[in-house]
Amino acid sequence: MKKTGERVLLSGPVLQLTIERLCLQLLESHNDFEDTVLIGLQPRGKFLADKVHGFLSDLLPNANIKCGTLDISFYRDDFRRREDPIEVSETRLDFEIENKRVVLIDDVLYTGRSVRSAMDALMDYGRPKEVEFLVLIDRRFSRQLPIQADYIGRTVDSVASERVDVILEGEGQVLLNTMEDE
Amino acid sequence: MSSDLSVNHLTGIKDLPERDIQLIFETADHFKEVINRPIKKVPSLRDITVANLFFENSTRTKLSFELAEKRLSADVVNFSASGSSVSKGESLTDTVNNILAMKIDMVVMRHPSPGAAVFLSQRVNSRIINAGDGAHEHPTQALLDTYSIREKFGDVAGKKIAIVGDILHSRVALSDILCLQKCGARVKVCGPQTLIPKFVTSLGVEVETDFNKALAWCDVVNMLRIQHERQDIKYFPSLREYTMQYGLTKERLNNIAKPLVVMHPGPINRGVELASDVADSENAVILNQVENGVAVRMAALYLLAQKIAR
Repeated sequence: MKKTGERVLLSGPVLQLTIERLCLQLLESHNDFEDTVLIGLQPRGKFLADKVHGFLSDLLPNANIKCGTLDISFYRDDFRRREDPIEVSETRLDFEIENKRVVLIDDVLYTGRSVRSAMDALMDYGRPKEVEFLVLIDRRFSRQLPIQADYIGRTVDSVASERVDVILEGEGQVLLNTMEDE
Repeated sequence: MSSDLSVNHLTGIKDLPERDIQLIFETADHFKEVINRPIKKVPSLRDITVANLFFENSTRTKLSFELAEKRLSADVVNFSASGSSVSKGESLTDTVNNILAMKIDMVVMRHPSPGAAVFLSQRVNSRIINAGDGAHEHPTQALLDTYSIREKFGDVAGKKIAIVGDILHSRVALSDILCLQKCGARVKVCGPQTLIPKFVTSLGVEVETDFNKALAWCDVVNMLRIQHERQDIKYFPSLREYTMQYGLTKERLNNIAKPLVVMHPGPINRGVELASDVADSENAVILNQVENGVAVRMAALYLLAQKIAR
């Protein structure tokens, strides 16, 4: 696949504002985060989860908000059905999720299949009281499963030949790239 | 790094490139996390059926493979040679083809004939994992031994490993030598001259007949069992004499200035190659090896299954 065009969905400052807004929305419904844990989905949700965790920890310096990562490789529904081999990443959950309010965090919600796998993986670590889903970019109208996010940074209309690139390093930005077969 | 194996079967370490070994280790790290959580199971292989064909006795390898398969959610069928059609004169290919006709995706096989796994991989349409073929290879044991050393030290490269005992009849010794060398370790074999194969030096290993010297040299000592069942003639005067020369005792360990890591592929003959207090001491990583065995076998099964087209 070759990139033939790009459009900026979120420029650096807007991206920062969007993440901050998502954090404040989390704060509204989770108060002091006593019973809440944040879990970033590997591989890319981890970076957003770290950002959210960092921002919330600055807002609530005494809260000790827990943040982990969850790898969904072994729960994917396309094992042996995809061209490229699955690359396994680390799962790091240094806390119990039993009876906790879990916020799953990922950068892009597209078909919904990753979140489905993530919920399966999550349940093997315990039975959370509640699971919510926070996503930076929601590519609506492309869902293959009945899944919706609870916290959405930006909703975009896109087609399959387009790709969303979330860059969180430095000032960061979010691009919508047009791709074509070579 | 690629996340796909370059081989289609795991028949031996000899044909396994180093990057495949590292991929298996990295994948095993993730499975080790899986088998230490409350629900020790993932659904990856739920549409895969694995046949465990054991034409030779086995307790821990069979159990370890079966656990690994079940923790990956595969369907498992077991077969033991005793009481089967093998005793009625059926050939290996026929036996296995009959089993594969029942829609089996992967075969884990232990067989008394060297090369049985390779032979099968060329004839049947299934992924083969060698669980020991005669005195030839036992790849998953070598992988779990090397993985255990990697876990203990963080890296295998540059480490010195002495393999002690019945090198001649041991498939573990050959696979261990190949695997450790591919990962950059230095290997010495030690035992009575009669139990050391004549051409073992062609593999680039050194031979040491003085056990104390080997112990002083190494970081890790891997104690092998005397394989009475494979010995048709007497290779040493008496078991008592063997134990006096090559048995690892607390006293021997205490005479070495550094703390050695003691490994054993099992089953242990306590009081023969390994004294009881050594086997139960802090130096021994024998039970870690068993735990790692499940994780490493899960990794091998998972990575090979990934290559089965739907």
